[in-house]
Amino acid sequence: MRIQVRFFAALRERVGISEQAISVPENTTVAQVWSLVVEDKPLPGNVLAARNMEYVDVDTQVTEGDEIAFFPPVTGGSR
Amino acid sequence: MTVEILDRAFDPWHHLAEYQTKGIRQTGQFGATAVFVGTMRDFNQDDSVQGMLLEHYPGMTENYLEKISREAVQRWDLMDSLIVHRVGELLPGEPIVLVAVWSMHRKAAFEASRYLMEELKSKAPFWKKEQLREGARWVERNTPG
Repeated sequence: MRIQVRFFAALRERVGISEQAISVPENTTVAQVWSLVVEDKPLPGNVLAARNMEYVDVDTQVTEGDEIAFFPPVTGGSR
Repeated sequence: MTVEILDRAFDPWHHLAEYQTKGIRQTGQFGATAVFVGTMRDFNQDDSVQGMLLEHYPGMTENYLEKISREAVQRWDLMDSLIVHRVGELLPGEPIVLVAVWSMHRKAAFEASRYLMEELKSKAPFWKKEQLREGARWVERNTPG
């Protein structure tokens, strides 16, 4: 299955990838997507994940054509 | 119910006046309007901040803000809601966010505007990178309300 993987903000800089298309086997979870793309770093505990622009748990399975995003805790609004 | 992401400086008061004139059909129906404006400060954690880059996740940000707006409108029976949020390069003193809600009575307006701001701050996909004299740093967490 082809999926699109995206990283944002500090995480994008740390991983060195903004966006990447990859092929994954059936039943791959969001956490496994991280490991396939970011081979040298474990999934940080505070990372947030989204599937097709909705928050998901990292145990969620991905499907063909999904956009999976990883990003750090959000810091919008005023301080 | 409107959500806007702007990549240039805006005047929240002008924006609000224009929105209320054009956008609200039920003038005479609402008795309460609560408005929150968040502005960029020039210091954080004792450091002087020169500027800020606000990144977002286009698409997901709008989806999320529309979702919490729908929730607020339903839960507090609002007449209307408006969220405007800046992205891109910001300078100290520039407004970052405008939240306004219109309802029959003040309790709903106060509660709904607070709800929208807290949900926005805790889950809307925005990230701040501060420009200091010594270099840039990502803001790691938001301050409690």
